Amino acid sequence: MDAIKTWLGRSGLASIAILAVLLLVVFPLAMDTFRLNLVGKYLTYGFVAIGLVMLWGYGGVLSLGQGVFFGLGGYAMAMFLKLEASDPESTKIQSTPGIPDFMDWNQLTELPLWWEPFNSFGFTLFAVVAVPVLLAFIISYAMFKRRVGGVYFAIITQAVALILTVLIIGQQGYTGGVNGMTDLKTLMGWDIRTDEAKTLLYFLTAALLLGAILLCRWIQLSKLGTLLLAMRDKEDRVRFSGYDVSMFKVFAFCLAAALSAIGGAMFTLQVGFMSPSFVGIVPSIEMVIFAAVGGRMSLVGAVYGALLVNFGKTYFSETFPDLWLFLMAALFIGVVMAFPNGLAGLYESHVKPWLARRKQAPAPGGTGGEPPSASAAPAAPTVPHTTTSAAVPTAGIGAKVSSQSA
Amino acid sequence: MSNTDFVLAVEDLTVSFDGFKAIDSLNLYVDRGELRVVIGPNGAGKTTLLDLICGKTKASAGSIKFKNQEMTRLPEHMIVRAGIGRKFQTPSIYENLSVFKNLEVSYPRGRGVFGALGFKCDDAVKAKVDEVAGMIGLADRLDLEAGLLSHGQKQWLEIGMLLMQDPELLMLDEPIAGMSARERELTADLLNRICQNRSVIVIEHDMDFVARIAHKVTVMHQGKILAEGSMDKVQSDPKVIDVYLGH
Ligand SMILES: Nc1ncnc2c1ncn2[C@@H]1O[C@H](COP(=O)(O)OP(=O)(O)OP(=O)(O)O)[C@@H](O)[C@H]1O
Ligand SMILES: [Mg+2]
Repeated sequence: MDAIKTWLGRSGLASIAILAVLLLVVFPLAMDTFRLNLVGKYLTYGFVAIGLVMLWGYGGVLSLGQGVFFGLGGYAMAMFLKLEASDPESTKIQSTPGIPDFMDWNQLTELPLWWEPFNSFGFTLFAVVAVPVLLAFIISYAMFKRRVGGVYFAIITQAVALILTVLIIGQQGYTGGVNGMTDLKTLMGWDIRTDEAKTLLYFLTAALLLGAILLCRWIQLSKLGTLLLAMRDKEDRVRFSGYDVSMFKVFAFCLAAALSAIGGAMFTLQVGFMSPSFVGIVPSIEMVIFAAVGGRMSLVGAVYGALLVNFGKTYFSETFPDLWLFLMAALFIGVVMAFPNGLAGLYESHVKPWLARRKQAPAPGGTGGEPPSASAAPAAPTVPHTTTSAAVPTAGIGAKVSSQSA
Repeated sequence: MSNTDFVLAVEDLTVSFDGFKAIDSLNLYVDRGELRVVIGPNGAGKTTLLDLICGKTKASAGSIKFKNQEMTRLPEHMIVRAGIGRKFQTPSIYENLSVFKNLEVSYPRGRGVFGALGFKCDDAVKAKVDEVAGMIGLADRLDLEAGLLSHGQKQWLEIGMLLMQDPELLMLDEPIAGMSARERELTADLLNRICQNRSVIVIEHDMDFVARIAHKVTVMHQGKILAEGSMDKVQSDPKVIDVYLGH
């Protein structure tokens, strides 16, 4: 039993399990479909945030252009749904029935060739991941092989985000322009606008996100994860130990892109449209804020970050729409300056020692021997319970890793 | 140039930084199993020479042949994989990882992205870590976070990380900087042991230490070789006394 507990704690599975209970049991029980759908939307940003944990927290590479990949994944899915929604029957009032409405408005008379493959759902699923990863590979290979990094790389990703937005808005006939792709209705005949569909899509998103977290955790615990940390610390030492450092960064960038793209596709499905406003510079920076607030070293923390910041955004942008941007900026600066490891770091440095002290003190009537995280979890699910290990500031990582080697 | 028996043959090597020649038509030959010490005043170009051999700096002209294979155009990680290991002047270890992890990560397997994903720390790796940890005197420190080691131990750990890769040529830049007298002795013994089946180039200032380890000494000055030969010969060379040993 104790062995299982230490194993759970060490691999960060305990905190992932708590998140799973929260997402799969607590939220669905406590919320109506509308709110659940809202959380589902926020969770799609969770994909981007955990991608940033891998890329920025572990790999030390800051990208300010994750909206690009979120958008590409979302648009790929939207193209499929749009084609399905544009059957000749429901578009018979158009001058060219059977093509998406925005094409008709822009005087297109037939479906562009590159849209054709998106009639297939199989191809669409492939494209959701493949197109963003290919773009990520080209950008990162070109940059990292030339040793472009740090601020310069971040600026390049911003430029890509800007270019893509301009392209999407400019090519109205092919992309739906500034309005995006709207009026998405069914997925292979299944109406995605119903309450049942929204609930099901929520569970699908949550399950995929938990799967993605497990995958990332496995990568973190592999030698590749160790190398990413080592590179962040002493890049030259890794290079002169026979590793092609640039390829590891390329991998991290492509991984983050793939995760963002899956998030984007799930966003489209749940929200029912995709538009350039999720692609550009501002949304990309917001995505970094999710990871920073949650803690860039903690996968689970990043998900809580995405949830909290988005809740805050929804609340404040309704109540004080003008103030929200400033608040967001202040939050970001505050967190980065005062808590570089975000909420997860705060939990590690404050909550955990406090829990440990409480545990040490004699607890009359307590069951005793229960791990602090497990006992605290059901009581206060909104407090970010981050992992025992994944959440750690740098010093803790070494300690964790060393205990593994024993 | 023609093939040689030397492990390392550096010929007409030149590098200039904005016109300043840090290395100037330098020739250097290192034998198999030889421990060569390079000495010279500050700014002589010793570190730059190692930078050129390991690919950190690209040569302006000249050739570097390792086992008769040209190195000047290879990327750094390929030079390492060819068998050249290099220790930096300031200890360069992964402070946040344990001593064990530092060594394990240096094991020459699973060096590609997907190789690293599938890498398993099996018995062969553990045996190698144990062997190397024994050599560098850190066998009972394996679980310690590397940042907590003493300065001297960090230097040893970095040497150990190189030994994990079994390089045929090992290059050490001032390995005893910051070490106590006792640690220096241990390091001299370590170097004498590890050069038994590989070649080693050491940059060092401490002449007592140099005398204890060197097979042959090369004196550098202003990017050129001033003298080369046995310790005695070099020490009695008037040119060397003038620019380096005299003060
Ligand atoms: N990247 C660079 N750009 C410009 N100048 C450089 C560069 N690298 C080295 N130099 C110059 O080349 C000369 C040789 O430097 P190097 O570090 O090789 O000396 P060294 O022999 O290792 O000295 P020390 O004993 O102090 O370590 C110095 O004058 C240095 O300023
Ligand atoms: Mg030097």
